[in-house]
Amino acid sequence: MDAMLHISTLHYLVLGAALFLLGVIGVLTRRNVVIVLMSIELILNAVNLNLVALSRYWQGMPARLGGGAQALHGQVFAIFVITDAAAEAAVGLGILIAFFRNKETVNVDEVNLLKW
Amino acid sequence: MLFLDHIYLIPLLPAFGAAMMFFFGRRVQKATVSAVCVGVVVLAFIMACGAVLQYTTWADANHHQPYQKILYTWLGTETGHFNFLTKDGSQAVFQADAGFLLDPLSSIWLLFVTGVGMLIHIYSIGYMGHEGGYYRFFGYLNLFMFAMLTLVLANNYVLMFVGWEGVGLCSYLLIGFYFHRKSASDAANKAFIVNRIGDAGFILGMFFIAWYFGSLRYTNVIAAARSGHFQIGDPIITAATLLLFVGACGKSAQLPLYVWLPDAMEGPTPVSALIHAATMVTAGVYMVARSNALFLLAPTSMKTVAIVGALTAIFAASIGLVQNDIKRVLAYSTVSQLGYMFLALGVGAFAAGVFHVFTHSFFKALLFLGAGAVIHSMSGEQDMRNMGDLAHRIPITYRTMLVATLAIAGIPPFAGFFSKDEILWQAWTREGTAYHILWFIGYATALMTAFYMFRLIYLTFFGKPRMSHEVEHHIHECPHSMAVPLLILAVCSLSAGWLSWPPSLGGSARFEKFLDPVFAPEAQVLQEEGKAAQLAAGEREAEHTSPSEYLLMFLSVAAAGVGWFMARRSYENADKGFTEPIQAISPPVYNTLLNKYYVDEAYDYAFTGRRKIGDVRLGVMGLGEASSWFDANVVDGAVNAAGWITRLTATISKWWDTWIIDGVGVNGPAILARMLSYPARLFEWGLVQWYALVMTAGLVGFVFYYVYH
Amino acid sequence: MNPLVANPPVATPFFFYLLSGIMIIGGILVITRKNAVHSAIALITALLAQAGLYLMLYAPFVAGVQIILYAGGIMVLFLFVIMLISIERTMKERQFNKQWLVGIAAAAALGGLFISVYAKGKSLFPEGHPLYPEAQNTQAIGALLFDSRTGMYMFAFEIASLLLLVAIIGAVVMAKKRI
Repeated sequence: MDAMLHISTLHYLVLGAALFLLGVIGVLTRRNVVIVLMSIELILNAVNLNLVALSRYWQGMPARLGGGAQALHGQVFAIFVITDAAAEAAVGLGILIAFFRNKETVNVDEVNLLKW
Repeated sequence: MLFLDHIYLIPLLPAFGAAMMFFFGRRVQKATVSAVCVGVVVLAFIMACGAVLQYTTWADANHHQPYQKILYTWLGTETGHFNFLTKDGSQAVFQADAGFLLDPLSSIWLLFVTGVGMLIHIYSIGYMGHEGGYYRFFGYLNLFMFAMLTLVLANNYVLMFVGWEGVGLCSYLLIGFYFHRKSASDAANKAFIVNRIGDAGFILGMFFIAWYFGSLRYTNVIAAARSGHFQIGDPIITAATLLLFVGACGKSAQLPLYVWLPDAMEGPTPVSALIHAATMVTAGVYMVARSNALFLLAPTSMKTVAIVGALTAIFAASIGLVQNDIKRVLAYSTVSQLGYMFLALGVGAFAAGVFHVFTHSFFKALLFLGAGAVIHSMSGEQDMRNMGDLAHRIPITYRTMLVATLAIAGIPPFAGFFSKDEILWQAWTREGTAYHILWFIGYATALMTAFYMFRLIYLTFFGKPRMSHEVEHHIHECPHSMAVPLLILAVCSLSAGWLSWPPSLGGSARFEKFLDPVFAPEAQVLQEEGKAAQLAAGEREAEHTSPSEYLLMFLSVAAAGVGWFMARRSYENADKGFTEPIQAISPPVYNTLLNKYYVDEAYDYAFTGRRKIGDVRLGVMGLGEASSWFDANVVDGAVNAAGWITRLTATISKWWDTWIIDGVGVNGPAILARMLSYPARLFEWGLVQWYALVMTAGLVGFVFYYVYH
Repeated sequence: MNPLVANPPVATPFFFYLLSGIMIIGGILVITRKNAVHSAIALITALLAQAGLYLMLYAPFVAGVQIILYAGGIMVLFLFVIMLISIERTMKERQFNKQWLVGIAAAAALGGLFISVYAKGKSLFPEGHPLYPEAQNTQAIGALLFDSRTGMYMFAFEIASLLLLVAIIGAVVMAKKRI
């Protein structure tokens, strides 16, 4: 009970893992490309959550190990990941529009021109 | 010498008429057809008369040589390419001229062929006037005239053979003139096929002559034969003459090849008169007479000719006794009279035989034309049992036919008396009992001839009318175009015999003297060789004028009279259902005669194979069946075996190809590659979520590794 | 206690579990809804809740960026695209593909591994975090990104801007009517 009430880094990691699994399930099972992309956003956010949580954890490390108030590398990484996600969403949705124009569908299992 | 120089025009004129009919006949009127076709034959007759007249003058100045007109070399060359070796080893040029030869023998044939042919052409205008295929009929007739005149006027055996085959073809075409009738086409086939047997003999005979004498030109062959180099009874000449006689048997309807002639009556009656009574069937006689020099060197052949002729004469006459079809009676009569002619040739009386040909052509043509007129007036009825009492209804026909009957029966002074009596006399005077038997056969035939001819007259023209009322109502005398030829022929039948009034009756036998240049040299040759038996007709008169000749003459006239009397007693009052005297005496004999000695049936069993003996089929069809069996079982069996082996090989090859080459060699690597590809392509599924799944699996793998390693 | 921390957080577990619940439910809704708009709204909700979690982790700048960029930018982009394409037909079709069972199994395997990892590594994360004033957070990030002396991520930042430029051009090219 104590472990439940006392929120530690591990809680965030477990939450990130859960979100990651939800995103993976979405990517692997949904046919709608839009939702697949959203699931990818979920995965990225799960990673971001982990990064930010571990950055917080790292701040508590001794300074000789690189910890301290200035140890914000995880957060910077999270910002970069968000940038990446924005770029990825922009390009992915552009591809989606082009694809929809050609095949009149948004089902990812109909994107099979490369299928042996 | 206008006509003699242009003698080749005589056959070419009818050829022109035939060609006209062939090209334009369908489009022109019947009158045009008649004018062209009859016109060319009349012209040919006039030219023939002129040519013969000029020949007599020419011959007096040229030692009675035959007149030859050679137009060009028709077959073979001078270059030596067609040279061949004769029996004695010398080179000979194979050569056949388009050449014409006129001598007394061909003169006689020329005259009666064109003369009788002309009359029959005129007659046909009336007879065929209502028939279809008018131009076709006259075209065939003209073609026949061309072929017959070629046959007669040829100066070598090859050209004669051309005419020989030509008349055979025309005979075939004209017998089958009513080709829509099965019986007519069958009869035409029969005539053609039976004649082939004879023609084969003729061809082989020609080969023998060419091989032995080195030439086929009559003048060369006859000169060689008379030169005295050859022995009498030379086996090769015997073989050649026998083979020629086989040809004559076919064409002139002698035993055993006579069977086609009675069936040939399926053709129109003028055809029967022209081809199958007067002219074509005497071609065999002409050929034997033409080859007399050869036959005289082969006594065996002479005897064969005489025996075959005599047997044919009595055989056909006996069949003629009971036939009911008016044309068939005349057909068997023709066969019988042809037998007479060969009897005459066989006993060496060539002139007598030729004389009988000459007279026979008139009265037999007249009989056939008269029969045609009767049939014409009877609306096509040919069965004498349905005739009777026509004498006063068609008087011209009746009187002319009566003249012809008297002539054929041998009643003096009609033509047949002189010729037939001459033959019998010549047979009798030959030394040897065998010739007396031949004479007796001829004598019996004369009796039968008189009987069946007067039977024909009485059944047709006397007795009770036995036709139906409708037919009776339509009876009418024939038109002028038919009546005029009948009358002319009647005059000829009466007077033709006077040309050879025998010396024993105070005549001079001019006909036989006319033929002396053809036949007499043999007698001289024979006398030089010391063979007394062979004497020509002209030389014989002086030696045998004796009481026995008058006795024989009386006997033959008596036979004719007896035949007449018997026919009159049996048939004068014939009513419907009258009885045949022979049937009354002996039904089996009657049936045998009525069925023609079952010769056709025997031939069907033995040669054609149309009838089976039990389960065995002989003859041509039997051969056909046998070869069919051979083909179906042996040849096809071999073929099938080959096919089966091929198929087996192919099956094995296919199996090998399918399973080993394709299976192991070609498909094997492919299948292997495909099987290998199944796991491989899992990595390249082509669906993006599959890649994601693989990635996830990889992630699982990595994590598992790092956690549990 | 750390003197730098002016206002210690209150009722931390409550907010953590609340926001976590919102996020989990939002995530589940994202991957299960037929209608993509609903998914998008659920995703916005989850992302906003995540921004709250960032605040709880003393990362206000990241939280701001999260709200501005995700909720304000990316999600608007998603909604625009959803409106551009017709979703009616897609809603009537099968929502999951043929490999959904395998996918869930793989995710479950991964989840099982995660659980075992966390069960193993629980002791690696001792408690007792130092607390820093929030005002310094944005400043420190800016120093890391831009400062000429301490900014070790300057080059990466420039690269990221180039990446964005490439993404802009790529998106424009891909979405053109004729490629």
